[in-house]
Amino acid sequence: MWKWLHPYANPEVSYHFAGKLLPWLTVLSVLFLSIGIVWALAFAPADYQQGHSFRIFYIHVPAASLSMGIYLGMAIAAFTSMVWQFKLADASAAAMAPVGAIFTAIALITGAAWGKPMWGTWWIWDARLTSELILLFLYLGIIALHSAFEDKNLAGKAAGILTLVGVINLPIIKYSVEWWNTLHQGSTVSKLGKPSMTMDMLWPFLFCFIGFILLVTLIICIRFRSEILARNSIRPWVRTLVLTQTALKENS
Amino acid sequence: MQFESFSAFLDMGGYGFYVWLSFGVSTALLLILIVNSVLGHKKVIRNIAVRQQREEKLRQVRNQKKIVSDNVKQPSDTTTSNEASQ
Repeated sequence: MWKWLHPYANPEVSYHFAGKLLPWLTVLSVLFLSIGIVWALAFAPADYQQGHSFRIFYIHVPAASLSMGIYLGMAIAAFTSMVWQFKLADASAAAMAPVGAIFTAIALITGAAWGKPMWGTWWIWDARLTSELILLFLYLGIIALHSAFEDKNLAGKAAGILTLVGVINLPIIKYSVEWWNTLHQGSTVSKLGKPSMTMDMLWPFLFCFIGFILLVTLIICIRFRSEILARNSIRPWVRTLVLTQTALKENS
Repeated sequence: MQFESFSAFLDMGGYGFYVWLSFGVSTALLLILIVNSVLGHKKVIRNIAVRQQREEKLRQVRNQKKIVSDNVKQPSDTTTSNEASQ
C-alpha cells in the first residue's frame, strides 16, 4: 500500500522532487502571505478590548504554532532515523532546526511586543513564556549538535537524542495556559469545532497561517536539498550535478 | 479599510510602535533565514566543486609522478609537471 513511497527514500529522487516543489511553494506562499498580511494590517476589524494591538496576533499565533509543529516534524524525523536507520530523515531534521528556531524567536519577540502594551511588561517568567524560551534553547542546542561533528551520521544521532528528549516540552507549552495560572490568554482559534472568533478576523488569520506553512515548507525544501548534497558529496550523481551547475554558471 | 488616513494606519490607534516592531522584526528575521538558506545552497555546491577540482589536480600530479618514476619521457607542457619534478 505504501510502496509508492519507496523511490523517495533515494536521495537523488528526493533532491529533484523537492526542487520541483520550489517554484510552486514560492508563488503560493507569496500569494497567501501578501493577501493575509494586508488583510490583517488594514482590513481586519480592531479587537474591542485590545484595539489595533490585536494585529500582532496574525503573526504571533502562526509563528508560535509553527514553532511547535516544526519541532514535532523534527522529532518524527529523528525517530525515523534512529529506529530505521533512514539517513534522509537526518537531513530533513537538520534542515528543519534553523527554521524552527527562527519561528520560535519570532513568537517570543512578537509576544513581548504584544505583552508590553497589554500586560504592561515585555517579559514575565510564567509557564507559557518560559516553556517557549526553553524550546528556543532546545533548537539552538540541536543546531549546535548538528554542526559539532565532522561525521554527519554521528551528528544526526546526537541531535536526534536531544530532539526526542525535548519532545516533553511540547505538551508543557501547549497546556501551560490550562495547567497553570498565567498572564497568557487561553487559545482562541484551536478550540475544537468552534473557534471563538468572528469570521472577519478568522479569514485573514487562515490566510496568514497557510502562507506561513507554505513559507516554512519552502525554506525547509531549500535547506533539505543543501543537506542532501553535503551528505552525498562523493556520490556520482552529485558530482555530475555539481559539474553541470558550475559549467552553467561559467557560461552565463 | 479600518483606517481613515495613512497616518492613522501608521499610528495603529496608539499601538503603532508595538505593531510595526512585531511586523518589522518578523520580516527581517524571515528575510535573513531565506537569504541564508539560498546562499547556503550555493555554498554547498561551490565547496563540492572546489573539492572536485582539487581531487582532479591531485590525480594529474599522481599520474605525472608515476610517469616520471617510470623514466618515461614526458612532454612538459603542463604546470603540474613542475610540481611533480620537485
